[in-house]
Amino acid sequence: MANEKDTWSHLVDTVLLEYVTNTFYLVMGVAVGVTSIGITSAWLIARCDFFGRSFFAWALVLPLAMPAYIIAYTYTGLLDFSGPLQSFLRHTFDWGYGDYYFPEIKSLGGAICMMSLVLYPYVYLLARTAFANQSASLFEAGQLAGLNARQRFFNISLPLARPTIVVGLSLALMETLADYGTVQYFGVNVFSTGIFRTWFGLGDGLAASQLSSLLLVVVLFLLGLEQFSRRKAKYVQQGGRVITAVKLNSVNQLLAQLFCVVVVMLGFLLPFIQLAYWTIVEAEQVFDATFWQLTLNSLKLASITALLAVIIALAFAYMQRFTRPNRFTASLVFLAGLGYALPGTIIAVGVMLPFSTLDHFIHEQAAHFGIETGLIFSGSLVMLVFAYLIRFLAVSLGNINTAMDNITPYIDEAAKTLGEKTSGIIWRVHLPLLKTSLLSSGLLVFVDTLKELPATMALRPFNFNTLAVRSFELANDEQLANAAPAVITIVLVGLIPVIWLNASMHSNSKTQ
Amino acid sequence: MLKPTTLIFALMFSLSSVITSASEVNIYSARKEMLIKPLLDQFTQATDIKVNLVTGKADALLARLLNEGKLTPADVLLTTDAGRLYRAKQAGMLQSVDSSYLNQHIPAYLRDIDNQWFGLSTRARPIMYSTDRVKPESLSTYEALAQPEFKGKVCIRSSSNIYNQSLVASMLAADEAAKTGQFLQDFVKNFAQPPKGGDRDQIKAVANGICDVTIANTYYLAGMINGNNKDQQEAAAKISIFWPNQGGRGTHVNISGAGIIKSSKNRAAAVKLLEFLASEEAQAWYAQTNNEYPVRQGVAYSPLLESWGTFKADQINLSRLGELNAQAVKLMDKAGWR
Repeated sequence: MANEKDTWSHLVDTVLLEYVTNTFYLVMGVAVGVTSIGITSAWLIARCDFFGRSFFAWALVLPLAMPAYIIAYTYTGLLDFSGPLQSFLRHTFDWGYGDYYFPEIKSLGGAICMMSLVLYPYVYLLARTAFANQSASLFEAGQLAGLNARQRFFNISLPLARPTIVVGLSLALMETLADYGTVQYFGVNVFSTGIFRTWFGLGDGLAASQLSSLLLVVVLFLLGLEQFSRRKAKYVQQGGRVITAVKLNSVNQLLAQLFCVVVVMLGFLLPFIQLAYWTIVEAEQVFDATFWQLTLNSLKLASITALLAVIIALAFAYMQRFTRPNRFTASLVFLAGLGYALPGTIIAVGVMLPFSTLDHFIHEQAAHFGIETGLIFSGSLVMLVFAYLIRFLAVSLGNINTAMDNITPYIDEAAKTLGEKTSGIIWRVHLPLLKTSLLSSGLLVFVDTLKELPATMALRPFNFNTLAVRSFELANDEQLANAAPAVITIVLVGLIPVIWLNASMHSNSKTQ
Repeated sequence: MLKPTTLIFALMFSLSSVITSASEVNIYSARKEMLIKPLLDQFTQATDIKVNLVTGKADALLARLLNEGKLTPADVLLTTDAGRLYRAKQAGMLQSVDSSYLNQHIPAYLRDIDNQWFGLSTRARPIMYSTDRVKPESLSTYEALAQPEFKGKVCIRSSSNIYNQSLVASMLAADEAAKTGQFLQDFVKNFAQPPKGGDRDQIKAVANGICDVTIANTYYLAGMINGNNKDQQEAAAKISIFWPNQGGRGTHVNISGAGIIKSSKNRAAAVKLLEFLASEEAQAWYAQTNNEYPVRQGVAYSPLLESWGTFKADQINLSRLGELNAQAVKLMDKAGWR
């Protein structure tokens, strides 16, 4: 419609700089937030022994079940000028507007806090596994070399865990880039809001897709930079004794517990209580019979997507392991994971084209035989699951690739000399070692799919609803209270695999 | 062992869905389910025509229609603004409907010149002000809110929102672009805070003394008054509505409306549905349930709408809003209206 050159010169003259700087600060802020919370909590759980540790081990994963825009709405309800906290302060001290300072929740800083609170589990989950599996002998060597605890952390543990932490961090940051709901509500103009503004407001789809590509180029650059920075290093670990956790003294125990409590409180409990309150007090329509159908639909989509995402990631991982290292497969894996940085609507529109082209082609071919096929894939759940995979494959790819890299090739060779065939190596050697990563990446994709809204909205078949769609529908005209029952159900359904995963990881670590 | 590829294909086919039924109509709706489903259920009861529904964001639905092309199963597109209907028409996705019933009951300015789409309810976007701090005499037009006396007194949501884009487009339609550009420059200087949140948040901000006036859609205020949230009820009680530009072109209104898809295979049912949505009972439902204004004359308002009084609406042909949307967004970008 609009002239693309005009659009670009308009963007450059007016808003592009703001998009770029805001996006930069947002990504940097969330990076600091998720690494500090994620690494600290992972270290505490993996390496320290304190009362409540096994409880916090899974409680710290809970914020994952909270969609960022939901937590943004709930905190706005609590911390806004007209919210209970500020109203209380004004009543108590007889203040009026402008008499006191209170941080504004609907701001760039607020968006950084919200996203850090729900995205740190990516770093936590991955770093925890990395820290827990580090071998004891390295630390003994460090001790002998005269390194103190702090030096051992920064010189041994952290560098060893780095590739894994970077995977978690890049997932969190890609999710940040893809977010639209939170930044839009907080009035922070970033790339994702810019893409939609250009597309819908200026009516320029081409410029919007160019903006999206620009975003991907930046992501590619950052990921490439990271890989380049550790190009020589190989992070294969010897097996051997896994390090044991250190029993904390009582003061440190208290600090550790306090840290975990605050994180779980802010990232999960407080918003959850707010949602529960809304469900009980304000929501007009609470649970009805259709909720079962919705829950079933959500579960079906999420488990199929999680299963496929794990299988595909595993296939990619083996493609790399069993072939000579080559640029082609490496970049294929790289590209397959990029969808995570794009808003769901963009992915949805992106998958429409190939499927509808295919449908039209089939329709025309069948027409020669007098058959009308109509649309086969478009508007079907196949296309929706495909879109989910494009969007979420990064999660399982990152997880499983890292885990695969950690299995030393010597194991394969040892198994071969003992007469194992390739299939035996996969089933009896690799899979047990990969089990934790397979489960946790499956869980992450499952929960992500459960929460996914824009692609589901755009691609679903007629009369097909999920919990996320229903929560959006009920959050009518900026009213989250009515959506609270649906959101609570999403969170509860998301809890099932979290608890199950934790239990199986626990039993896994016992058997090892 | 089952090969993964076999498994994947089996899963995929278990997921593919094909819809077939005799008498039905398929809707892509940007109106949320709870704001249209009750009406559709009534329609099914009255006519025995089954209604299949997908709701979604208007632009994503448009993209879907465009991709599905002539094979699309959709018969009707429902949107919550005229701009998207205009876009659908421009893309050749809609067809003309010659229904004397629709022509008779929907005023000409609320439908497309070629009858490719029809407004089904109007949504007014007046000025809302603090009853305590603002004298209604000090208010007159949208344009007057750019005067220096309103410095630091105006709250309004982001310009990414379609309602603000349409409002500015309506100004562009009424005045020369330079004047609207100047208005925007001055208007932005009067903002009490950077735009954030939705219409309800602006109304709350006025109630709490952060600013004195805002521009918002009436049904948000109605929702606050009728909802279960005590804070919002209290906030809404401090707000009054002012109908701007009554001496001139009138208060800006947008529509929710519908058009029939060009390749519709259920055209007769689709026309029936549109006529039903323009019927007296359906029109009354819009007013009662969501406090939108009926497009049809003689339909009773809800008591709340009644209490806000009648007003002169800007009767610009709504297609213009679609035509001028991109220009409006550019001017808002230039003025720094986030």
